[in-house]
Amino acid sequence: MSTTSRITAAALAAAAGMTALAGCGSSGTSGSADAKTVTLVSHDSFNASKSVLAAFEKESGYKVKMIKGGDAGEAVNKAILSKDNPQGDVFFGIDNALLSRGLNAGLFTPYKAQGLDSVPADLQLDKDAHRVTPLDYGDICVNYDRAYFTEHKLTPPQSFDDLLKPQYKGLLVTENSATSSPGLAFQLGTIASHGEAGWSDYWKKLKANGVEVVNSWEQAYNERFSGSAAGKGKGDKPLVVSYASSPPAEVMGKTPAPKEAPTGVATGTCFRQIEFGGLLKGAKNEKGGKALLDFLLSKKFQEDMPLQMFVNPARKDAKVPELFTRYGATIDKPATLAPETINKNRDQWIKQWSSLVLK
Amino acid sequence: MALPLVFFALFFAYPVVEIVGRGVKDGGQWQLGRFGAVLSDPDILHVLWFTLWQAAASTVLTLVVALPGAYVFARFDFPGKQLLRAAVAVPFVLPTVVVGAAFLALVGRGGLLDELWGVRLDTSVWAILLAHVFFNYAVVVRTVGGLWAQLDPRQEEAARVLGAGRFAAWRKVTLPALGPAVAAAALMVFLFTFTSFGVVQILGGPTFSTLEVEIYRQTADFLDLPTAAVLTVIQFAAVLGLLALHAWTVRRRESTLRLVDASLTTRRPHGPGQWALLWGTLAVIAVLLVLPLAVLVERSFAGPDGYGLAFYETLRSAASADSTFAVAPLDALWNSLAYGAAATAIALLVGGLAAAALTRSRPEPGTSGRTPAITRLLRGFDGLLMLPLGVSAVTVGFGFLISLDKPPLDLRSSWWLVPLAQALVGVPFVVRTMLPVLRSVDSRLREAAAVLGASPWQVWREVDLPMVRRALLIAAGFAFAVSLGEFGATVFIARPDQPTLPVAVTRLLSRAGEFNYGQAMALSTILMVVCAAALLALERLPIDHSGEF
Repeated sequence: MSTTSRITAAALAAAAGMTALAGCGSSGTSGSADAKTVTLVSHDSFNASKSVLAAFEKESGYKVKMIKGGDAGEAVNKAILSKDNPQGDVFFGIDNALLSRGLNAGLFTPYKAQGLDSVPADLQLDKDAHRVTPLDYGDICVNYDRAYFTEHKLTPPQSFDDLLKPQYKGLLVTENSATSSPGLAFQLGTIASHGEAGWSDYWKKLKANGVEVVNSWEQAYNERFSGSAAGKGKGDKPLVVSYASSPPAEVMGKTPAPKEAPTGVATGTCFRQIEFGGLLKGAKNEKGGKALLDFLLSKKFQEDMPLQMFVNPARKDAKVPELFTRYGATIDKPATLAPETINKNRDQWIKQWSSLVLK
Repeated sequence: MALPLVFFALFFAYPVVEIVGRGVKDGGQWQLGRFGAVLSDPDILHVLWFTLWQAAASTVLTLVVALPGAYVFARFDFPGKQLLRAAVAVPFVLPTVVVGAAFLALVGRGGLLDELWGVRLDTSVWAILLAHVFFNYAVVVRTVGGLWAQLDPRQEEAARVLGAGRFAAWRKVTLPALGPAVAAAALMVFLFTFTSFGVVQILGGPTFSTLEVEIYRQTADFLDLPTAAVLTVIQFAAVLGLLALHAWTVRRRESTLRLVDASLTTRRPHGPGQWALLWGTLAVIAVLLVLPLAVLVERSFAGPDGYGLAFYETLRSAASADSTFAVAPLDALWNSLAYGAAATAIALLVGGLAAAALTRSRPEPGTSGRTPAITRLLRGFDGLLMLPLGVSAVTVGFGFLISLDKPPLDLRSSWWLVPLAQALVGVPFVVRTMLPVLRSVDSRLREAAAVLGASPWQVWREVDLPMVRRALLIAAGFAFAVSLGEFGATVFIARPDQPTLPVAVTRLLSRAGEFNYGQAMALSTILMVVCAAALLALERLPIDHSGEF
């Protein structure tokens, strides 16, 4: 009898816990209603140094509570669904591909964050209304495996048009636009460079040149790409759609530090993703939210970002770590598209791409 | 009865109805025309067809591979049996991203098969089917094997004494007795593979898509709630149909069984046939289950400077690192265990009460029983308990978000949200594992106890409990394993920043670099070991033999 009575006891304890939980819920003290707590809603990739967060908590007197809601798209959609009763005060991580969806849904309360003057104009996509604040940017580009191209005495491709050349036939693996955000960004890059009229033609040629499509970045990069250390060089594709910050990530943790990263970036194939943050409409702690937004744009947080999230700070006066300057690539002319254009056409572009490339 | 009903109404029906309602209603008007529009889309029909046939194929394949295994575990005694039984359940707790990586290492480019024979199965339907067998082997072994071990072999022997051949005796005696358990296992495998998400995403390549994948895309990527709602309703209808079919087969087959203590039915195999069966089963387990797991372990030790503990050491130093990304393995482990224990307790309480209520509801032979209406209602409830297995996690997750958002039930950032969601998936296991055993208890025993003056509680404690103790343990093991590895609900619901092991693994895998990958493998290995240890501990729990046996 001992076993089962223990199980029963545990079950009863759980039931008691649930009742207690319902009880404390009704007293109405959920996190963000408390003026001392400020709640940040974000996607799974959000990271910060514990010490940097602690410094903010000490200076401002607010305790930061974090809610992470899945990947970037999912987090935005959740925020839209719960906009009448938001989960927190500040949202971090809506990018230019989804920005219009969030703005049209009326997610944000305008607020001009301190330090916005230090952010370059081309990142400020909502510069008149200040509903959202640009916080970081990163580029999605084709990465190449240096060893493969040295060995085969081949120059790596540099532009979208290069990828159509016969010498790169069957070398590229990319991600499904419908299920992967780097995959979609790469497609948007081709649309930006070849136009709304010309992109489908470009993809027909790319398909003829043997581009392979897999579902996720993990599979493309970890398993297929020959340049990723994770795959131990067993992948058979020397070209992959990934991030401009992937080469620094490949070097991280390596001792002694190599002269150059084992992988490089085809700088002419980049699409720029800009991430924004904003004060959620209906925030329970608006004052704290404003302070948090200021902090996210502060030099301290901005300089912490690169090594935590592998993105570039939005502030031009924020110092970028050596890992980035030494092994990363600077993209001078990334491809971009207006958020409204993306929002209007996104679903239809993905559908068209699927029937063009996957069938 | 009341508690399970309230639980399901509050944490399942209400959120799902809310989110589906948002999709199919527009300004208070039902938009039923959308069904026609979605159902006439050839892409959707293609998805439906693929979902159905791959699930059917996966179920058949799993049964073919795992039923001999169930027999071996039920009837044979061999060294290391307990360890092995715990090991076959390990796949169950591994997040699909990890399994995907392991399978790709075996059957993908440059994988073992590729290097040996040039065979690549990735992005083919074979990789999907094999991974489904890998995941669900334990479901069959545990649900069917659990009952099989308790079937009295003397009944079959009696039939043979009376002149029946070996096969006839098995077909006439054992098969009908096992029927409900086999049907239950098949149903669960079908539901899991019907709603397959991660395996199809990772191993299948972009041309394969299941209904579940489609619901996820429409909800999480496109925020096209109307289409997602229609697809959810279709999936719902399919699952309901399946459950009805299952209930029908079970009703025709159920019989009161003579159960004995499992330790009395097992023996050392004898004769070449039985040895061959044992070795065959072990070989299948080695190739299909242990090999992919071994690949993960191998990768976790394959550091940059040859084999060693490099990744485990960086995990340890990451614990003290100044980053919210770095999760101390011990913290993640503790989160996983705490969530798992709470979820198991909830699942056992809710599932146990439901199973007991369902057993009581059957009209007793020779009595007038309950009115048909109530019986039908209870049967409906039986099916309802299985529904969470057939409803997409993203639907439940988004439903939680929009429905449980007001006090007193603003659970959106509560610690309890995770175990509650995990328990939803655990309850069906508890009910399915306990029902066949509970129903096979001879109701005359209960009546006798009642006549002798026992209260209902005493009847349950003295009659039912000793018989179902084993099933209860198996159910607890399942519920715990499901929660440890549960990923769907845990990522889809907003959660406080307390990552579980699977969540931490997935985060690491989503970043470039050798160390992130190696740490993901090391954490997966830890997850595997913990799971096996937990299951082993459950098997070892003392079962006292002072009862009827």
